[in-house]
Amino acid sequence: MNLSCENLGWSVRGQSIVDGVTLEVREGETLGLIGPNGSGKSTLLKMLAGIQRPMRGKVMLGQRSLGDLPQREVARGIALVEQQADTADRITVRDAVELGRTPWLSALRPWSEDDSRIVARALDAVEMTAFDGRPWHTLSGGERQRVHIARALAQEPRILLLDEPTNHLDIHHQLSILDLVRKLPTTNVVALHDLNQAMECDRIALMHRGHLVALGMPEEVLTSDRLRRVFAVSARVMIDPDDGRRLFRFHRLEQMS
Amino acid sequence: MTQAAAYSAARRKLHWGWITPPVLFAAIIAGATIGETRIPVATVLQVLGNNLLGTDYAVGRIDAGIVWDYRVSRAVVAACCGAGLALSGVVLQALLRNALADPYLLGISAGASTGAVAVTVAGVGAGVISLSVGAFAGATLSFLLVAALARAAGGGMGVRGAGVIVLAGIAGSQLFNALTAFVIAKSANAEQARGIMFWLMGNLSGVRWDDVWLAVPAAALGLGACLWHVRSLDAFTFGAGSAASLGVPVRRVQIVLIGLAALVTAAMVSMVGSIGFVGLVVPHAMRFVVGVRHARLVPASALAGAVFLIVSDILSRVLVPGQVLPIGVITALVGAPAFALILVRGRAR
Repeated sequence: MNLSCENLGWSVRGQSIVDGVTLEVREGETLGLIGPNGSGKSTLLKMLAGIQRPMRGKVMLGQRSLGDLPQREVARGIALVEQQADTADRITVRDAVELGRTPWLSALRPWSEDDSRIVARALDAVEMTAFDGRPWHTLSGGERQRVHIARALAQEPRILLLDEPTNHLDIHHQLSILDLVRKLPTTNVVALHDLNQAMECDRIALMHRGHLVALGMPEEVLTSDRLRRVFAVSARVMIDPDDGRRLFRFHRLEQMS
Repeated sequence: MTQAAAYSAARRKLHWGWITPPVLFAAIIAGATIGETRIPVATVLQVLGNNLLGTDYAVGRIDAGIVWDYRVSRAVVAACCGAGLALSGVVLQALLRNALADPYLLGISAGASTGAVAVTVAGVGAGVISLSVGAFAGATLSFLLVAALARAAGGGMGVRGAGVIVLAGIAGSQLFNALTAFVIAKSANAEQARGIMFWLMGNLSGVRWDDVWLAVPAAALGLGACLWHVRSLDAFTFGAGSAASLGVPVRRVQIVLIGLAALVTAAMVSMVGSIGFVGLVVPHAMRFVVGVRHARLVPASALAGAVFLIVSDILSRVLVPGQVLPIGVITALVGAPAFALILVRGRAR
C-alpha cells in the first residue's frame, strides 16, 4: 500500500506553511524528510498521517484519499511518532504500548491474547521488554522514544511516520533509534536534522519554506550548492577512507537569503 | 500479558462488577437510617421491602414516610449526582489534559446560579418556570457561550489547544458570577439572599421521587457513554494529536463527551445546586487506587462519587444537631484536605 500526496497545502493566517507538495513514498523504503526549522516538515507529516486535514490537495493511501477513510482505518495503516509526546499520567511502559492496539479494538472487539502477543513483540522489537512494568516518568528520553516507537509498532501499520525521533538523544541513542527504524519491515518517513544521518536513508525529500525542493537519492539531493541555498551553510563533502561513505563538514555560515 | 495476568485481569473485572451493588445498597441503607430521627436498619429494610418487593410488613406511617419519601429518594439522587459529577470530572481531565479540570470549569455552575437567581429573585418566567428549569437553562446557556468562545478563539474542540476551553470557561464563569451578584445586590432581600446562598452551596433537602426520574437516567447515560468510550479516553494519554493518530475521531469524541458531561452536570446542578470538589477530587483519588486506565477508572469513580456524596449528605444532616448544613460545605471540608494529601503523596512517589 503506497502513501502519496498531491499538491498538498496548509496555511495559517494567510502564511503558507506547506505549499504544493507532491510526492510518493515507495513501499519498503526509508524516506528522510529534511529541511531547516519551520520548513513545514512536521505539518507535512501530520497531514500524511491523516491527523491534520490538508487545506489544499490530498493524501492518498493506496487508491483512496485519506479524507474518505475513517480515522480508525487510517490508524491501522499509518502510525505517527510525534515529537516529544509526553504525559503526566502514571502509566507504565506496557500501558503506553497497549494504547497502540486502540484502532483494532472496540466495545464489541475486546482485548485478546493476540493483542497481548503483538504488544510483547513490539516491546521486544525496541528492546524494552525488561522495562515492561516501569512507570513512564522514570524513563529517560531515549527510553521514552523507544516506547513511542513500540506503541506505533503495536498499531501494526504498514507505514511509520517519525517526527525527529532522535531529538534530544545522545549519540548512542540517536544511532540505535535510526538503526532500529531502518531494520523495521515498515515503510518509513523520518524527519531528521542531522544531515550525516540523513545520508543513510534510501531517499531524501528536502523541504524549504513549505516547498519540496528536491527528492531523490541522498547524494543527488544533498549537494553543497543546495545546502548553501536551503540551510545557508557552506559544506564540504568528505569521503570516509574506510568505507567510502560521504560526510559533511560545515565550515562557514552564509547569509540567510 | 501472560495467561495468568489475563486471568487475574478478568477476575478483577468480575470483582468490580460484584462489589458495586452491595456497596451502593449499603450506602443507601445508611442514608435512610441515619438522620435527625434514627430509624432502625430493620425498619428501613421493611419499608424497602414493602415498596420494592411488595411485602407487607407493619411499619409506622411516619417512619415509612420518612424512609421512603424523604431519605431513600434523597440518597438515590445523591448517589446519581456523585456518580455524574465524578464521571464528568474523569472525562474533562482526560480530554482537556488538565489535572485541574472539573465539571464547573466550563462555566456550568456559574450559569446555573445565574439562572436560579433570575427565576427566584428577579422573577424571570413570572412564576411559571421553576428554579430547577431556570438553573438548567442558565447552565446550558453558559456552556454554549463558553464553547462558542473557545471555538472563536481558535482552540475550540479540535486537535489543537484544548487549553483554550479552560480559559474560556474561566471567562464565562466570571461573567455569570458577576451577573448573579448583580441580580442579588439589585433585587434580593436578606431572606432571599440567604436562601440563594444555601442553594448555591448545594442542597438536597428539596429532593423527592420526581427528581429521581431525572437523576437516574442522567447518571446512567453518563456512565454508559463513558464505558463505551474507555479506549478513546485512554488514547488521549499523550494528547489529542496522539489520540488522532491512534484512530480516535478526536473532534467527535470531544464534542459528544464534553457535551454530555456539561448536560449531566447541568441536570445535577439544577436539582441540588452546585456541589464542589466531587468532580475534581474523586477521579484523582481513584487514580491512586485503581490506576489511570479508564476501563477501571470509570466504574471506580462512578461508585466512589456516589458513595462520597451519600456519606457527605449524611454528615450534613448530623454534624450540627438541629441544622442541615449545605452539602457543598461538607464536600469541600473533606475534599480539600483529601486533595492536599493526594498532592503531597503524589510528589513523594
